[in-house]
Amino acid sequence: MSTREVVLTRSGPSWVARVRRGSASVLFRPRAVGVSLALFALVLVLFCAGVAAGTRVIPLDDVLSGLAGRADHTTVLTVQQFRLPRVMVAVMVGAALGLSGAVVQAVTRNPIAAPDVLGVTAGASFGGVLVLLALGGTTFGYGGAAAELSQIAVPLGAIAGAFVAAAIVLVVGGSHGGVGTHRTFSTQRVVLVGIICHAAFIGLVHWGLATGDVDQAAKAAVWLVGSLHGRGWEHVTGVATALLVLLPIALLLGRRLNALALGEPSAATLGVPVARTQVGLFVVAFALTGTAAAAAGPVDFVALLAPQIAKRLVRTPGVPLVASALTGSAMVLAADLLARLAIPGVELPVGAVTALVGAPYLLWLVIRSGGTR
Amino acid sequence: MTSTPSTLRETVTGTTSVPSLRAAGLRLAYGPDRVVVQDLDLELPHGAVTAVIGANGSGKSTVLRALARLLRPSSGHVLLDGHDVHHLRTREVAKRLGLLPQSPVSPEGLTVRDLVRRGRTPHTSLLRQWSEKDEAALSAALEATDLVDLADEAVDALSGGQRQRAWLALVIAQGTPWLLLDEPTTFLDIAHQIDVLQLVQRLNREDGRSVVMVLHDLNQACRYADHLVALRAGAVVASGPPAEVVTEDLVATVFDLRSRIVPDPVTGTPLVVPIGRAV
Repeated sequence: MSTREVVLTRSGPSWVARVRRGSASVLFRPRAVGVSLALFALVLVLFCAGVAAGTRVIPLDDVLSGLAGRADHTTVLTVQQFRLPRVMVAVMVGAALGLSGAVVQAVTRNPIAAPDVLGVTAGASFGGVLVLLALGGTTFGYGGAAAELSQIAVPLGAIAGAFVAAAIVLVVGGSHGGVGTHRTFSTQRVVLVGIICHAAFIGLVHWGLATGDVDQAAKAAVWLVGSLHGRGWEHVTGVATALLVLLPIALLLGRRLNALALGEPSAATLGVPVARTQVGLFVVAFALTGTAAAAAGPVDFVALLAPQIAKRLVRTPGVPLVASALTGSAMVLAADLLARLAIPGVELPVGAVTALVGAPYLLWLVIRSGGTR
Repeated sequence: MTSTPSTLRETVTGTTSVPSLRAAGLRLAYGPDRVVVQDLDLELPHGAVTAVIGANGSGKSTVLRALARLLRPSSGHVLLDGHDVHHLRTREVAKRLGLLPQSPVSPEGLTVRDLVRRGRTPHTSLLRQWSEKDEAALSAALEATDLVDLADEAVDALSGGQRQRAWLALVIAQGTPWLLLDEPTTFLDIAHQIDVLQLVQRLNREDGRSVVMVLHDLNQACRYADHLVALRAGAVVASGPPAEVVTEDLVATVFDLRSRIVPDPVTGTPLVVPIGRAV
C-alpha cells in the first residue's frame, strides 16, 4: 500500500517538484527535466541527420531501415559500418566532454575552469602525440599489426597524458586554503596551475611535432584538431565502456555539488566529506576528458561551453549535469555535421568547427558578463 | 505552520542522548611553525549560550573551526558526545553540530528557500530526497528567521542583515543540538546585530539549542551569553558566567585595555567602559 503524491513549490523563478511514494521521495525541477527532454529530442534529430548526411545522402526512411538492416546492401553497409559508429562516438564524446566540463566548473566554482583550460586536454594531446611519434617508422595507417597497435596505443597514451596533467594540477593546484581546513582546491590556484600546465604540454606537443618523423607528425597534426573521421565500432565499445563506469559515479557524486557550492566549511559541516568528494569528482571528470580525447582527439571548447549553455537553458543556480552532457552531445553532433557539409567534398576536423564556433560564443559570454557586473 | 516550535524541538532532541562538546589537550597549528593553540582544555556547557571572546589573533575562530571538525588538531581531541569528532562520520557530526562560517558566500541566483533547503543535506539521501520532516524544518527555519516573505528572493540580492538571517536559517534547518557561529554579527549595523543576537537567544531558550559563538563585542557577549570563554594567545584565561568572570583585570589581560565595569542599565550584566590602552 504505497501512496504517490506530487507536490509543487515555487522557488524564485523556477519550480521544485517532490514526488513521494511510500518512504521514498525524489526532488526535481520540472524546468530542468523539460529542458533535458528537449535536448534529448534535439540529440535524436541530429543523430539521424548525422547518419543521413555525407557524400552520399541517405533519405530519412532509408536511414531507419538501414539501422534495422532492412535496406539495400550498400545502404545497410554505409549506415551500420560507417555512419552509425561515427555518430555514436560523436554523441558519447560530446556527453563526456559536457559532463566533465560541468563537474570541473562546479567543483572549482569557476565558469572558466574546464578540462581544456586546466591543461588536461593538452596533457591528453601530448600523450597521444607521443605515442603516434613513437610509432614512427612503422607502417601505421597502411594496415597491418602496427595500425592495430596504434588504434589501441594512441587512446591509451591520451588517457595517460590526461591523468599526468590532472595529477599535476591536483597536487600543485590543491592547497590547504587560508582557513587551514582540509586540502581544498581554491579556485584561482587550481586554474593558474592549469593554465601553466596547458602551456607546458602544448609546448611539448610542438616540440614533438617539430622534431619527430614527418609522416607521423602529419598524422599527429590531424589527430590534434580532433576528428571523428573513420571512427568504427571498436571506438564505440571503448567509449561506451568508459561512460558506463564514469557516468553513474559522476551523477552520484554530483549530488554533493549542491552542498559544495556553499563553500568548503559549510559543505563539511553539512556532512559532505569535502576532500574525498572533490578528488573523486576531479578524477571522474578528467577520466571523461581523457576518454573523449582518446576517441576523437582533443575537441576544444565543448567542455567549456556546454555547461554554460545548459546553465542558461535550465536556469538553476549551480551547473546542471545531465543537461550539460546532452548539450555536449548536441554540440559535437552539430559540429560534425557542419564539418562534413560546410565545404562540399572537404571534411573538416570536428575540433576545428567547435573552436571556430565556440570561440566567438565564449567571447560574447565574456563581453555580456562584463557588461552586467 | 502552527506546530512550528514542537517540530523544531523534535528535530533537535531526536538525535542524541546526552549532548556534550569539549576539547581535551588540543593543539592547533597552521603548518609546523604557526602554533595557534597549545594544550587547550575546554568544556562547552550544554543548553547554554557560550561566547568566545579574545583579541584579534587570539585563536578564537581557530578553536571554533576545530570544534566544527574543520581543522585536524596536531594533538589532542575534540569530543562530541564523548566521541572524537575525527572518528565520527562526517554525516554523523553534521546531524549533531551546525556551523555558520565567517562571511559565507552563496552561489549566484540561489534563492533563500534553496539555500535553507540545503541545510537538510545530512538528513536526506538518494532514495529519501525530501520528507515531511524536512519540509517542516524548512518552514520552521524560514519562520524563525522571519524570512517567509523573502523565501523566493535571491540571497545575493538581499541586504547584509537579511543574508545573515538566511544563512542562520540554513543552520537552524539542519536541526542540530549544537550551533557554532563564527562572528555572526560582523558587517552588520547595530540594529541587525541585536536582531541576530536575539534570534540566537530565542534558539537557545525556546528550542533548547546549545550555542557557541565567537563575538567581537564584549558587552554583547556579556548581555547575550550565559557562559564566557576568554582567550589570550590560544589559552583560556577565564571561563564562566559573565557576571562572575568579567573584571577590569580580565579586560586588561585579554585586550590590553584599561576599563571600568558598571552594571548594564538595561540588563544588569557587566558593561565594559573603555578608558584607554594599558601601559
